[in-house]
Amino acid sequence: MSYHNPYTPPRKSATFDDYTLAEIRRAAATGIYDIRGAGTKRKVPHFDDLLFLGASISRYPLEGYREKCDTSVVLGARYAKKPIVLKTPITIAGMSFGALSGNAKEALGRGATIAGTSTTTGDGGMTDEERGHSQTLVYQYLPSRYGMNPKDLRRADAIEIVVGQGAKPGGGGMLLGQKISDRVANMRNLPKGIDQRSACRHPDWTGPDDLEIKIMELREITDWEKPIYVKVGGARPYYDTALAVKAGADVVVLDGMQGGTAATQDVFIENVGMPTLACIRPAVQALQDLGMHRKVQLIISGGIRSGADVAKALALGADAVAIGTAALVAIGDNDPHWEEEYQKLGTTAGAYDDWHEGKDPAGITTQDPELSKRLDPVAAGRRLANYLKVMTLEAQTIARACGKNHLHNLEPEDLVALTLEASAMAQVPLAGTSWIPGKGGF
Amino acid sequence: MDLSVKRESLDTMRVFDLAKMPLRDLNSALHAIAPGANDTNFEVVNPRGSHAVAVGIDQPVTVEVRGSVGYYCAGMNDGGAVTVHGSAGPGVAENMMSGTVVIEGDASQYAGATGRGGLLVIKGNAASRCGISMKGIDIVVQGNIGHMSAFMGQSGHLVVLGNAGDALGDSLYEAKLFVRGEVKSLGADCIEKELRPEHIEKLAELLEKAGITDVKPQEFKRYGSARTLYNFNIDNADAY
Repeated sequence: MSYHNPYTPPRKSATFDDYTLAEIRRAAATGIYDIRGAGTKRKVPHFDDLLFLGASISRYPLEGYREKCDTSVVLGARYAKKPIVLKTPITIAGMSFGALSGNAKEALGRGATIAGTSTTTGDGGMTDEERGHSQTLVYQYLPSRYGMNPKDLRRADAIEIVVGQGAKPGGGGMLLGQKISDRVANMRNLPKGIDQRSACRHPDWTGPDDLEIKIMELREITDWEKPIYVKVGGARPYYDTALAVKAGADVVVLDGMQGGTAATQDVFIENVGMPTLACIRPAVQALQDLGMHRKVQLIISGGIRSGADVAKALALGADAVAIGTAALVAIGDNDPHWEEEYQKLGTTAGAYDDWHEGKDPAGITTQDPELSKRLDPVAAGRRLANYLKVMTLEAQTIARACGKNHLHNLEPEDLVALTLEASAMAQVPLAGTSWIPGKGGF
Repeated sequence: MDLSVKRESLDTMRVFDLAKMPLRDLNSALHAIAPGANDTNFEVVNPRGSHAVAVGIDQPVTVEVRGSVGYYCAGMNDGGAVTVHGSAGPGVAENMMSGTVVIEGDASQYAGATGRGGLLVIKGNAASRCGISMKGIDIVVQGNIGHMSAFMGQSGHLVVLGNAGDALGDSLYEAKLFVRGEVKSLGADCIEKELRPEHIEKLAELLEKAGITDVKPQEFKRYGSARTLYNFNIDNADAY
C-alpha cells in the first residue's frame, strides 16, 4: 500500500509574522529605522477590559436627564493664585504648531473653548492664533525650549513642565526638515529645512531637587499666579508622581504608552513605557500616601476614546483626562473621506501614521499651505466640541447609573475587570470574584 | 562700556535685604515697574545663595546683587541690567531675552542656557554646558568654560578668553564660538573655521560691550557647525 503524505497548509511563523518579515526587509532596504506618529499599535490591557457594575439593591442610581451629575474640575489650587476651572474633565493634550498646521491648532482651541475645557501648546511655542482661540491655554515648558519666552508664560493660563510623554518616555523628538516652514523655523530660531532635534532632557535642571527650584523660578517669574503641571510618561508612575508632588507641582499629567507623538521611532513607541491602565493606580497611591489625592490633581492620558474611558480613569482616581489622538480624529485625521489620497501614500484611512512627512491629506499634520487649507478650523472646532460634549454625557450617564452626583465620586469599587491582567493593573476584582491578583485572598 | 552702576543712580536705589525679607518681595517689586518709570534701581544684599533672584524682569531696571546667588539668577531677563558681585549658581540668565547680566565671580553649569538675546558676561570661569541650547544670546567668559559647552547651540555668540573643556559645540547648529585659549576637544559636528573680517568685527564689538580692552579679536579661533548632521543620514550614526 502506497502512502501519500496528506496536504498540510503552509504555516507562517507566529514569531516571524508578515509584518515582522516586512519590517526586516524594509530595514535591510533603507538602512534606517521606521519613524512614525501616533502611539502604540500593539494590543495592551486597557479600559475596555474594565466594566462598571452600576447600581443595585445596595446602591441607588440617579435619574438620567433630571438629577445633576457635576463634571467640573478645578486644577491647580495647591499653590496657584489663579487655578483653572473647567466645565468638563476632558482636556486637550499638548501638540505643537509645527507638528500640526495652524488651522489644526486653531480648531483645537475653538473646540476646547466651546466645550469649556483647556487646550495645550506643544514643542515650538505659542502662536497668536492659538492663544486667541483658546479660552484656557496651557503652555508647555519643554526641554528644547523652542519658542519659550516670558511674555507667553504670562499670557498662559497654566504652565506644563514636560519631563516625558507616554509614546516615548526618555526620548526626545525630531521634526524633520520637510515640515520646517519659514514660520516654524523662525519660532524655533533655526534655519529652514534642517531637522530640528527636540532634546530628551531639560538643559538647565536634572533630577527632582533641581525640578523643585525650576518650579519655584517659574512661579516667581509669573508671580505665583499660574498652576504648574508636571507631565511624565508612563515609566515609574508611583515615584514620578511622588517626586513631582515633592517638587511642588500643582498638577501631575501622566501619559501612558497609547499616547501619541508627532514622530518617533516605531521601536521606541512599541517597546518603551507602560500602558495607561498600569499607570493610574500607582500614581493615585503615591498621592494618597502623601495625603495629596484631590489636592494635587492627576490628569491621565493615552488612549482615551470615549466617555466610558473617561469614567473609568476617574473611577481609578484621576481628576481629569487629556486626549490627543482622539481629538485629531474628531477634527478629521484619518477620515475615510480622503481614502483615495491615503492609498496614493501607500496606506489607508485609519492606518495613516506618517505624520512627520507633512503630507497629511486631511491638512492636520502638515505645514503645506495647500493641504492646510483643507481643514476648516471653525467646522473642525465644532466637531471637536461635539465630541467632547458626547464624551462628557457618556461619562455622566455611567456615573448616574453608579449613583454618583459628580464624576469624581466614581471609585474603584464601581469597577470589575474582565481579564487577570486588567484586574492586576487596575487593582479591581476579576468580574464575579473578589480576587485581585497580587492583593492576596481569593 | 562701563557696566557698573553710576553713582548718581544709587541715590534712589531700593534695597532688598534677603536676610530680612522674602524673595517674593524683590521679584514682585521688579515686576511692578511700569514702562517709563524712574524708580528702576535695585540693590539686593545678603542673597546668601538664594535661588531665582531677580527673575522675570521685563523693564530696563538695574539690579546690583551684593553676594553670591543660587540657581537661575536673572532667569528670562528681558531688558534688565543685573550685576552679581559674587558667583552664580546653575542656570544664570537662563532663557534671557535682552539686557545684560554680569557675574563678577564664577558661574556654575548651564550659564545662559537657551538664552535668546542680551549679553551675559562672566568675569571668572563658567562650568559645564555654558550656553547650552543658546538661541541668540551673546556670552563672554573671561576665564575658562567646562565640558559640553554650547551643546546644540542654535544661534548667538560664545566668546571665551580662557580654555574650553571637552566636547565644545557638540551637535552645534548656527551658534558661533570663539575661544582664545585651548580647546580640550570638539564635540560632534563642531569644527574650527576661518576667522574672517566680519567675525573680527563682531568679536571687537562683543569685547567692547563686555568692557574688555586688553585682548585683541585676532587672538581667538572660531568654531562652528560642520552642518553634516543637519539632516538625518544613517551613515552619520557613528557620530553620536
